[in-house]
Amino acid sequence: MGRPVSESFDPAKWRPAAFLPEQDARDPALIFVIAVLCFLACLTGLGVIAGDRAAHGWAGQLRGEATVIVRARGGETPDAAAARAAEVLAGVPGVAEARALEKEKAYELIRPWLGDVTDLEDLPVPRLVAVTLDRGGPATAGSLDRALKGEGVDAVVDDHQVWIKDIRGAASVVRATGAAIFMLIALAAAAMVAFATRAGLAARRDVVEVLHLTGAEDGQIANLFELRFARVAAVAGAIGALAAAMVGATLRMIGGGEGITPALPVAWLDLAAVLPCPLIAALVAAVAARVTARRLIRDL
Amino acid sequence: MSRNANDDTGRPDTGRPDIGRPDTGDTTAGEILRLSDVSMRYGRGPDVLSDISLSLPRGSFHFITGPSGAGKSSLLKLIYLAAQPSSGTVRLFGEDVARMDAKDLPRTRRRIGVVFQDLLLLDHLSAFDNAALPLRVAGHKPAEYRADVTELLAWVGLKNRMHAMPPTLAGGEKQRLAIARAVVNRPEILLADEPTGNVDHEMALRIYRLFVELNRLGTTVIIATHDQDLIARAGRPVLYLDKGRLRPLPPQGPQASGSASV
Repeated sequence: MGRPVSESFDPAKWRPAAFLPEQDARDPALIFVIAVLCFLACLTGLGVIAGDRAAHGWAGQLRGEATVIVRARGGETPDAAAARAAEVLAGVPGVAEARALEKEKAYELIRPWLGDVTDLEDLPVPRLVAVTLDRGGPATAGSLDRALKGEGVDAVVDDHQVWIKDIRGAASVVRATGAAIFMLIALAAAAMVAFATRAGLAARRDVVEVLHLTGAEDGQIANLFELRFARVAAVAGAIGALAAAMVGATLRMIGGGEGITPALPVAWLDLAAVLPCPLIAALVAAVAARVTARRLIRDL
Repeated sequence: MSRNANDDTGRPDTGRPDIGRPDTGDTTAGEILRLSDVSMRYGRGPDVLSDISLSLPRGSFHFITGPSGAGKSSLLKLIYLAAQPSSGTVRLFGEDVARMDAKDLPRTRRRIGVVFQDLLLLDHLSAFDNAALPLRVAGHKPAEYRADVTELLAWVGLKNRMHAMPPTLAGGEKQRLAIARAVVNRPEILLADEPTGNVDHEMALRIYRLFVELNRLGTTVIIATHDQDLIARAGRPVLYLDKGRLRPLPPQGPQASGSASV
């Protein structure tokens, strides 16, 4: 005849119970998978941020410098031409410093191509002038070139634009790859939730059927699954984000501002990037669950 | 068996169903359900219902009976909007069900109470939660229905079992809980599929009396049952289904105009 009668039930204190059972045996597995996906997504995000910062740093360094190759004219010695070019360049607005490099520096640069030639003095090796630009308002390659030509210096100005363009291109590729990986992970998470929603609807078909036949609107039923999976995904997202933040923090502590490699510098503030993860995971799960549930309910 | 309960022949309305008369498109305020040449099949299978035409007046009380597999449950499914006819029209509350907007179907379902053959009680919810479910679905606040549900559960004899989970209830208790859930939002039409199938005779009579009481309060009641004894005692109009078709009652069957009271 079942459980003995309890006289303690007080309808006045009754609160509606959740239509879906609070616990589901599949939840831990789902949380694990979504947490792993969120962990990977967060690591990808941190990697993109660090890579972007490295690219900015390198581009910034290159933007602050220019190299001028000076060739001697007429009776002028290469060293004299370089010194004159440095003097001219130092007077150009937007130049912080212009320094003629020693001839040994120029020899070092061409040695890989010529080998150990004993007497380089006989060769017309051009001299280099290293120019440090004013970061507030850097001089352009054009203004440097005009100044040199105006003083009759035979020189070629290299403001490193080729390298900066390459770095920018590489940074864009890193960003795009990161975004693509992030999208793939989000889609994988959505597919997981859709799969789990189908399984959940199948397992709780009794609830769905009763609600449907007692006049629940499709949206009401879908809401139950939407909220359940959003909650599960939020928990999983928090776990994944926390794990990724711990990895990021470890890198920061081990390698300081440069992380484990200068190519991926990590800042404490970067770790804040994982904060939206639970919310994003919950949103993705909610949308996936809602779409799946509505489609399945419509077919009832 | 061919007289429309709402026709204007001048004869008194006895609440009997009109069987076999095609739909003329007219409805009256007294008609709650009309089926016109309705056939139904599952998937690509054979017809489980064929050429069913009937009209039921509001406030009537009918039994549906017939052999197993005759289509009783399928006919109820059509009425509680869990299935669609493959041909013919079903008019419920004066509206053609096929023409109803999908978003209006839930509201129409809320006007129908159903005691399912397998009860469909939710095992993880208490008897109180199960009984209150249709009111929650309809968006009512607990404060609005707490007292009503308490009273209803007492009315069906579950006053001391309100906290119990369905798996711990006895067969008759489950039946009465399913009935409580079906009537809690005061439906205009109550459908019960074998509501006395798993209970003893005494309990079957108690459950029947509940239906009679609801009918007195104005609810149209349709009960699908194999229980010929109950049908004979009740003396209510009977729809006899055989192989998916409405047919005249067989001679050995209960009398539609029987007057035995229960």
